[in-house]
Amino acid sequence: MPLDPMSEQNPSAVVLEARGIVKRFGSVTAVDGISLEIHAGQVTAILGPSGSGKSTLLRCLNFLEVPDSGEVLFEGVPVRAKDRALDGLRSRVGMVFQQFNLFPHLLVWENVALGPRVARKLSRDAASSLARDLLARVGLADKADAHPSQLSGGQQQRAAIARALAMEPAALLFDEPTSALDPELTGEVLAVMRSLASDGMTMAVVTHEVAFARAVSHQVIFMDAGQVIERGPPAQVIDAPRNERVARFFAR
Amino acid sequence: MIGPDGKLNAGNVGRLSKAPWWLLALALGGTVFAWRAATSQLYADIFGHILSGLGVTLAVTAIAFPVAIALGLATALGLVSPSPIRRNIATLYVQIARGVPILVQIFIVAFVLVPLGVDALRWISGGSGPLADLRASDVPMAARVVAALVCAYGAFEAETIRGGLTSLARGQAEAARALGLSQRQALWHVLLPQTFRRILPTLGNDLISLLKDSSLVSVLGVRDITQEARLYASATFRYTETLTLLALLYLALTLLLALGVKALEHRYRRYAS
Repeated sequence: MPLDPMSEQNPSAVVLEARGIVKRFGSVTAVDGISLEIHAGQVTAILGPSGSGKSTLLRCLNFLEVPDSGEVLFEGVPVRAKDRALDGLRSRVGMVFQQFNLFPHLLVWENVALGPRVARKLSRDAASSLARDLLARVGLADKADAHPSQLSGGQQQRAAIARALAMEPAALLFDEPTSALDPELTGEVLAVMRSLASDGMTMAVVTHEVAFARAVSHQVIFMDAGQVIERGPPAQVIDAPRNERVARFFAR
Repeated sequence: MIGPDGKLNAGNVGRLSKAPWWLLALALGGTVFAWRAATSQLYADIFGHILSGLGVTLAVTAIAFPVAIALGLATALGLVSPSPIRRNIATLYVQIARGVPILVQIFIVAFVLVPLGVDALRWISGGSGPLADLRASDVPMAARVVAALVCAYGAFEAETIRGGLTSLARGQAEAARALGLSQRQALWHVLLPQTFRRILPTLGNDLISLLKDSSLVSVLGVRDITQEARLYASATFRYTETLTLLALLYLALTLLLALGVKALEHRYRRYAS
C-alpha cells in the first residue's frame, strides 16, 4: 500500500482506514481498489467528477454500502458488515447526507436527541439538553422546537450536523452536504463545517466546493472512474496537479 | 373532475360547495327516522333486541383489529426481510389469506383448524395436565371467528404496512443506521412511526371494513347485532323494519369511525413526510 504523504508530515493517529475497497453495482465498478487513511483532527476532501465513485467510497466507510472486497479499520480494528465492531463504528462515526434525511415525524431537538437517547441510553433530560446545546452551536437554538419541514434547506443541514455531533463522533463523514442547497444557503453550512474543522474535528468530505477543500482540508483525494488518480495536500492536488485529468478538472 | 389548474374537484369554489351536504342529508334522514322510531313501540322493541348484540360486534372488532395489525406487522417485516425463508413464508400466508373468501376462512378456522389445533395440544400434553381434557367444543365460536378475522385481515394489513414501509425514502433508514441505531431501533423509532402516519387512511378503511365484516360471525350463531336482527325478524316477520334499523346502526357506527379517523389524519397530516 502506498504510504500517505501526510502521515509522514503529521504522525497523528489514524481514525479510519480503508484497504483495497472494491464496490461493484452489477457490471459497473464504482470503487476500484481504493486505500486511504483518515487522520485524527484532519479534514480529508474527496473530489472528482460526478459518477467517479466518491459517494460510494464514503458510504463504504460506514457500510451503508457493503464493499465487495477490501477492509475498513476503525481505530485499528477491522470492521465487517455484520458484527459488533460495525455498531461501534456507526455510533462513533457520524454521517451528514446530501438530502439531510432529518426525521420528519420528530421535532428538530428530538432529531438530535434520538441517537443519544436510543443508542447511548441517555436520559430524556440529558439528551434534550445535549441536543439544545448542539443546536445552539450550529446557530439553531431558536429552531429546537420546530418541525424539520419548517426549516430552510441550510437550517435542515445544520440540524443534521448537530444530529451527527450528538453521538460525540470520532469522525464525521459528509456526503455532498451542500449539493442540494442554493448558493445563498451553502455558505451557512460551510461556515459550520469550517468551525468544526478548526475545533479539530476529524472529517471526510465528499464535495464539489473546491474553495472549501482548498481552505480547510489537509488531504485531498481526487477520484476518477472509481480510482484515486491523485492525492496529497490541497496546494498540490488543486493548485499544482501532476495528473493531466486533474488539471483539466480544476482548469474549468 | 380535474380543473384547469390541475386540482381535483376544482371549479366550484366557495364555502357552500365545500360543506358536507351528504352528511347533512344523512343526519336529516336519520333524525326523521329516529323520531318515527322513538315514537313507535315496535321500533323501540326491535332496537332493544338488536342493541343486545352491540357488545359482541364492538368486542369482535376491537379485539380482532389490533391483533390483525400485530400479525400484519410481523408479516410485513417478513415480506421485506432479506431472508428468503421468512420472505417466502410471509408471501405464502398473504397469498392464501387474500385469495380465500373471508366466509370460507371462517368455516375453515372454526371447523378444521381449531379442532386440529386442539387435538395437537392434547397430543403435546401427553394425556396429563390441564390440556388433557380439552375439547374443540371448549373453544367458543366467538373466539374462532375472531381468529379467522385476524387471519384474513392480517394479510391485508401486511400488504398495507409493507407498502407504507417501502414508500419511505431510503435515506430515512440510512440516517437511522448511520446514527448507530440497530435495525430494531431504526424500525421502532424512525421507520414505523412514519409508516403508520402514512397508512392511517388505509388503516381507517380497514377498521371500517372489519366492523362490517364482523357481521359474518352470525353464520356461526354468534349473537352480534346481525344475528340478533335475524333472530328477531324470523320470529316476528318484521323484516323491513328490523333490517332497516340494522343497516342504520352499522351506518352510524361506520360514520363515527370515519369521523374519528379523519380527526386523527388531520392531526398527523402536516408533518407526515
